[in-house]
Amino acid sequence: MSISRRTALKGLLTAGAVAATGGTARAALPPKRPDPEAVGLLYDSTQCIGCRACVTACRDANGLAPQPTSLRGAAYDAPTDLNAHTKTIIKLWNTGDAHGYVKTQCMHCVDPACVSVCMFSALHKTAGGIVAYDKDACIGCRYCQVACPFDVPKFEWASATPKIVKCELCRDRLAEGKEPACTAVCPRKAVIFGKRSDLLREAHHRIAASPDRYVPTVYGEHEAGGTQVLYLSSVSFAALGLPALGDQAIPYFTENLQHAIYQGFIAPVVLYGALAVVMFRNRKLTEESQEGQP
Amino acid sequence: MRAAELNGDARPVGGPIFTAGFNALLAIVGACGLVIVWRLFRGLGAVSAMNDGYPWGIWIAYDVVSGTALACGGYAVALLCYVLNKGQYHSLVRPAVLTSALGYSLAGFAVLLDLGRYWNIWKAPFLLNWNRNSILLEVALCISAYTVVLWIEISPAFIERWRDSTSPLLRGIAERLTPFLNRTLLWFMALGILLPTMHHSSLGALMLIGVSKLHQLWFTPLLPLMFVVSCIAMGYAVVVFEATVSARLFKRPHEHKMLTSLSGVMVGVLTTLVGMRLVDLISRQRIGLAFTPDRYALFFWLEMAAFITPAILLAPKDWRRDPGIQFLSALMMMVAGTLYRFDVFLVGFNPGPQFSYFPSAFETLVTLGLIAVEVAAYLAIVKRFPILSGAPVAAGPPGLVSGLRAAS
Repeated sequence: MSISRRTALKGLLTAGAVAATGGTARAALPPKRPDPEAVGLLYDSTQCIGCRACVTACRDANGLAPQPTSLRGAAYDAPTDLNAHTKTIIKLWNTGDAHGYVKTQCMHCVDPACVSVCMFSALHKTAGGIVAYDKDACIGCRYCQVACPFDVPKFEWASATPKIVKCELCRDRLAEGKEPACTAVCPRKAVIFGKRSDLLREAHHRIAASPDRYVPTVYGEHEAGGTQVLYLSSVSFAALGLPALGDQAIPYFTENLQHAIYQGFIAPVVLYGALAVVMFRNRKLTEESQEGQP
Repeated sequence: MRAAELNGDARPVGGPIFTAGFNALLAIVGACGLVIVWRLFRGLGAVSAMNDGYPWGIWIAYDVVSGTALACGGYAVALLCYVLNKGQYHSLVRPAVLTSALGYSLAGFAVLLDLGRYWNIWKAPFLLNWNRNSILLEVALCISAYTVVLWIEISPAFIERWRDSTSPLLRGIAERLTPFLNRTLLWFMALGILLPTMHHSSLGALMLIGVSKLHQLWFTPLLPLMFVVSCIAMGYAVVVFEATVSARLFKRPHEHKMLTSLSGVMVGVLTTLVGMRLVDLISRQRIGLAFTPDRYALFFWLEMAAFITPAILLAPKDWRRDPGIQFLSALMMMVAGTLYRFDVFLVGFNPGPQFSYFPSAFETLVTLGLIAVEVAAYLAIVKRFPILSGAPVAAGPPGLVSGLRAAS
């Protein structure tokens, strides 16, 4: 018995070692770089006057119904956050000394967590690095909502045939040669559309031109591996409600782990083989010991 | 009589199926069914408290993540019996595998209920683009495959019964399947160890994507390992729990010696788990968070207490022999493992101050309904099919495989 147990443990440890070396022998996956053609938005909160024209234009362009809130008999379209009918929203930030506005929508990450976790690639990167949604591939598991560090994807909780709702950078308008509804309508050009590389250059140019107007960094240049929506601000990005995320893409660690363990499916196959060998051997030993008994 | 001979010991318990208790379970199942119908017509928001910040509620945290861990009895006992070759545990295999098969089947059903666009699932094998980076895809495939494997593992119990059936159809099925199972069963048993190892580690890995959302007391690269070790602890605990309750309920001999040594195994598993947890927190310099007075620290200590107490109770040999202490410890371990999973998926998960979640009454009713289905099915099956052993067995009795072999 003890011999077979040792064999069992040895076999399993070997399989474990194979799995482990499979992970360390290979170099880690390189971080994903932005597509040179990647497009996005540059939002300059110092320019935004909080008129919410973008919110209304976004509704119209995406066929989303207003969200009436009734207050003392009057109706207001005043959602408090992104939701299943609201793909962009303007919120107020207030530090006590100063206040201003901040626009929220999908950040179109360079290496998006939602795309990494989506089982059947219903969320996927499309032309220009836009994070697009295909309802026909979506089974509604909502792992994208768990994964997104910006809480962007929203789910139609009230529907029997629910979809995920999020900004797709007006990709249908882009296909028609137009710009996104929010940038087209913005009266102050507080949010502009363009290639990520151009927007980044513009952002740094604005900081250099008026260093006392801006904090010296561009949110989204490096955060979470880079995003295609970039922010400029006069106060800390934390005050704007943007999460403090490291420079590593959110899926970087899990994808490396998954690749290390399941690379070529070698580790599971080896472990399976080892288990089978041990179990057949144990059965033989048991049968022999039974035959030996009176 | 022949059915009993085939497996050595296991035999149907017998007795009426529709007892008062069974009917009460059916009533809960019926109520749960109504909620499910409502959910199908009115959407998830109509019955659950889930929201955009907490898109996964108790149907995932309990029914799937904890449910499959509590259904690890088959995995844990098979590991002991067939890999470590501890033949004396053979008589625990069948009831353990049955609870596992039921637990996994219901977890699968719970997933279908929870999916917003469940009707798209049929396309998965043909039309959909499989994302190999998705840990959830691996979990889904693995759990589906393991559910099938579990029903194959338990099939000898049905076949033994059907051999003697008056229905020629069932008899035919039994006769055809016996040689196939004799040839292949051990291969399935090996899969039955590989698959849970894979998907329980992946269930832990699921939350590694929550870099900015999962509290640092739980966010660790060791999550996958913690989930595997804790599901093994929960598996053993369920076996002790189920053997004790079955013995009491069906007035069968208490498999005392076996449960005592199994309890000894649990001490080792629990100590490993608690040790790993503490070493991880200390080496990542996050242990201070456990002493910050907030609800995270409170749940952390509740969880640790639930893991440590059974380890202490079962450590002294004469305490370990006490069936009452065995039962209480097993119960605490089941709670501990479940609490750990709730902590990782709900309590420690913080999408932002604007969101909160507490399960709704309807949501809870569905979870209770699924547990009721499992208990009712278990009761009905052990009464009609050879699952439970009549008496404790000393060593190496003919188990599932060799029993069938002898028969063919």
